[in-house]
Amino acid sequence: MHIVVCIKQVPDSAQIRIHPVTNTIMRQGVPAIINPFDLFSLEEALRIKDKVGARVTVLTMGPPMAETSLRKALSLGADDAVLLTDRKFAGSDTLATSYALTSAIKKLSEEETVDLVFCGKQTVDGDTAQVGPGIATRLGFQQLTYITKIESIDQGAREIVVHRRSEGGVQVLKTALPCMITMLEGTNTIRFGKMDDMFRAARYGLKTWNKDTTGAEETKVGLKGSPTVVSKVFVPKPRAQKATMVEAEAPTAEAQAAAAVEAIFGAQPKLADELLARAAAGL
Amino acid sequence: MSEPSKPQGRKFQLPEHLKEYKGIWVIVEQERGSVHSVSWELVGEARKLADKLGVEVGAVVLGADSPELNAICGDAFTYGADVVYKVTDPVLADYRTDPYTRVMTDVVNTYKPEIVLLGATTLGRDLAGAIATTLATGLTADCTELDIYMDNRSLAATRPTFGGTLLCTIQTLAYRPQMATVRPRVMSMPDRDDSRTGRVVEVFPALREDDVITKVLSFIADREQNEAQLAFADIIVAGGKGLGKPENLKLVFDLAKVLGGEVGVTRPLVQAGWTGFDRQVGQTGKTVRPKLYIAAGISGAIQHRVGMEKSDLILAINTDPNAPIFDFAHLGLVGDALTILPALTDAFGKRLSVNRLAG
Repeated sequence: MHIVVCIKQVPDSAQIRIHPVTNTIMRQGVPAIINPFDLFSLEEALRIKDKVGARVTVLTMGPPMAETSLRKALSLGADDAVLLTDRKFAGSDTLATSYALTSAIKKLSEEETVDLVFCGKQTVDGDTAQVGPGIATRLGFQQLTYITKIESIDQGAREIVVHRRSEGGVQVLKTALPCMITMLEGTNTIRFGKMDDMFRAARYGLKTWNKDTTGAEETKVGLKGSPTVVSKVFVPKPRAQKATMVEAEAPTAEAQAAAAVEAIFGAQPKLADELLARAAAGL
Repeated sequence: MSEPSKPQGRKFQLPEHLKEYKGIWVIVEQERGSVHSVSWELVGEARKLADKLGVEVGAVVLGADSPELNAICGDAFTYGADVVYKVTDPVLADYRTDPYTRVMTDVVNTYKPEIVLLGATTLGRDLAGAIATTLATGLTADCTELDIYMDNRSLAATRPTFGGTLLCTIQTLAYRPQMATVRPRVMSMPDRDDSRTGRVVEVFPALREDDVITKVLSFIADREQNEAQLAFADIIVAGGKGLGKPENLKLVFDLAKVLGGEVGVTRPLVQAGWTGFDRQVGQTGKTVRPKLYIAAGISGAIQHRVGMEKSDLILAINTDPNAPIFDFAHLGLVGDALTILPALTDAFGKRLSVNRLAG
């Protein structure tokens, strides 16, 4: 069993600040991390490795500095790592990114057939959730997004049973390998690396591939291969008006609460009527 | 909205053969006979965009043929569709990526819409990513605003990025269709007009179940579970780190109960394990649009804000008069949520019970 886990190095979005004067993103000092949603998928791949045995290859596309994220994944227990990096990939949107990653997965499959591809549910910087489905579609793999649980995996029969979150419930799906899976957040707890994996990760000679290594076509990557165009980036405008402060007759919580209730009922008479009608009906 | 700056060194002229693509489509998301409300929100939004462009609104309804599906087709007209593409096959009864993608790819290639919109739901995001790949076109995810740039009649799709700290407007200039998924509850629900009707185009894709590799073994509906239904709540009482410790979340539940509402929380509370992910409001949680949102002990980080700022009325309670939440709440109350919440529960309780006695 050969599992490929696609990860992305992202700036820690919780630590990004907007410059108050220039309204631009301040990236200085913002640490780069593995996209948090990818870790749930990496963990699930490692659990399959623990349970039924598998070779886990971790793959990323990004600048040379993304190597640190690959070493982090190796330290958690991944067996092999590929850094797909090329200036020609710069400016790729999700369609071009999924194409480039697919070219690398196909090359990995020449060495050892890929049975499962894991991707993060989405990234915390782009938030598109499109690269996983793009890869699955290009590879002709079954696509299993928002998976909450891998119920069983049968290597002999090449079958997998999963729970998939949908809007109104959970679908229990049975499908055949190969497939592409994205795990829902919070579905597993990410492990700590073992000491010998950490040593191995630090020394490991990971593979660095470019466009030519994978045979990706130049017209399908980078800005040229991207149908979408970013026409504007801007900071959300603040609402013109600040909150009207609720003023109470006395500085007690009771008086403030009473004033707040009147303010709410005053601002939303229709809502007040609904609430009163519901109360009158004893609901 | 100002006009876009054109990117350098790229082709963005629409090729001649793509100019015949016309009309705005919404893929109507139905699961077991019930429609996700985002689909009707999108039909309403598509109506506005289509009127600007002078084109038709198409609603695509996929599923197994049934009276429920016919009713959904009728509803699509009442919310603003001009034409319904009714795509029926027993294989489409349950959502699965593969057959839905194959069918939608064919239908788009046959009828050539210029814009295709889906809800940014588990189904919509799963399907949109696959179709955009088979059609080799652009897709903008999770939008919060749509507009038409009239100079080249293109779709301008605005979405939050970097966890909501920035917004960006994305266009697909040289490819068709232009695709976008849109967050539930950010577009308003259109008014029904029961007198509206339109054309139905029936499509029979003739699928074979044997050709579909993924099988649905069972479906566990949420209504049989005890999960929060935040996205559709009219009233939400939400708590943040200002509550101090997990036990105090009870104060939020008490107020929500008196109001018949749901409880929401910020991400740090979920991460700290106070409650489940299904109650998280914000960028990585749910987007909500209730009639009343009471934010208790919430500072108003941008990641939370993007999930709740479209609420009709926001009351914020915070000890810090300079908390960012007061910059976008409608009503503000400077005070300790731990004492204000029980007082509010009492005050609402009294106000509502007085009426019951009077009635």
